[in-house]
Amino acid sequence: MIRPVATTREMTGMPTGRLAVWWVIASEIVIFGGVLGSYIMHRIGHPEWEYQAAHTNTMAGAFNTVVLLTSSLAAVLAHNAAEQKNGPKAARFLMLTCLGGFIFLVVKSVEWTNEIHHGYTLASSTFWSFYYMAAGLHGLHVIAGMVIMLFVAADARKNKELQRVENIGIYWHFVDLVWIFLFPLLYIAK
Amino acid sequence: MSDTAHASAGSHGDHSKHYIKIWAILLALLVVSVVGPIIGEKLEHGGTINHHMRLILTLITAFGIAIVKAFMVVKHFMHINLEKKYVTYMVTAMVGFMLVFFGGTAPDVLEHEGTHWENVSAKEVVKRGQAAGAAGAEHHGGAAHPAEGSHVPAAPVEQEVKH
Repeated sequence: MIRPVATTREMTGMPTGRLAVWWVIASEIVIFGGVLGSYIMHRIGHPEWEYQAAHTNTMAGAFNTVVLLTSSLAAVLAHNAAEQKNGPKAARFLMLTCLGGFIFLVVKSVEWTNEIHHGYTLASSTFWSFYYMAAGLHGLHVIAGMVIMLFVAADARKNKELQRVENIGIYWHFVDLVWIFLFPLLYIAK
Repeated sequence: MSDTAHASAGSHGDHSKHYIKIWAILLALLVVSVVGPIIGEKLEHGGTINHHMRLILTLITAFGIAIVKAFMVVKHFMHINLEKKYVTYMVTAMVGFMLVFFGGTAPDVLEHEGTHWENVSAKEVVKRGQAAGAAGAEHHGGAAHPAEGSHVPAAPVEQEVKH
């Protein structure tokens, strides 16, 4: 469907940068997998957590899912533009992706402020510890992705290093992927 | 030199419409995953279905659809099917490690007693948490794990061996 703009190494058969991103994702699967796996087994073993889970804001979580899915669309459209050697257009889509990440973080901040205001903090219970730790770790990945994306967009605007548009896009889709699982676990299973 | 994994699959054409279509499907699936459990809850309260059926409905609409959404993102946005095969193997192996971790540790967490052991403190925490939750005492965020919320230490012996 899409051909990359980077060069390929003979030994691996793919650009080294993109392979590195896949390795990052492979390690992230173990990190988030451990967190989510632990959460699932404790959630099943502790039916009393339902009283705490009832206080998470499903609509805020659903809205943030829409935001992240839309930012993922912008990221893949940036890749599409980079494939057509249209750096400025790719940069614009990357900035839209960043905007999605920013909106996600703003909603999360409002949500957390409200929950902390009601007394649900990191130390309130094991459920809330998992909630803040899992969502917080994910939020840090959103911030990291946004920072890298700004650098990639700055180069892409000058039609430089366009292969990086795809690389950061793959990372961003993974961040989206983690949220796809976090959302039902933290907001829907009540 | 071009990338063989991707080059074999197509051209530099504009695929915007395809991506927008996938995005629309993902949003539609999201709606189902949110509405499904809500409908299940209403049906249970109305007596149309029992608690067991409601759980199945939640599992299918929320978690089943999450897996479908994840698959769509990996295939259509991350293009893993256009990568070298070893990338798929690498990612799959990591998911496998995750399952090994889950399978190895879950038996001690999912249940609080077995043939020759009993997790006394965990059972106590569940009992007190359910009592506090049912009484509506969770308003200040400490009810799900009363041993922490009330600063009362849990039973000192984590596991007792049955004789």
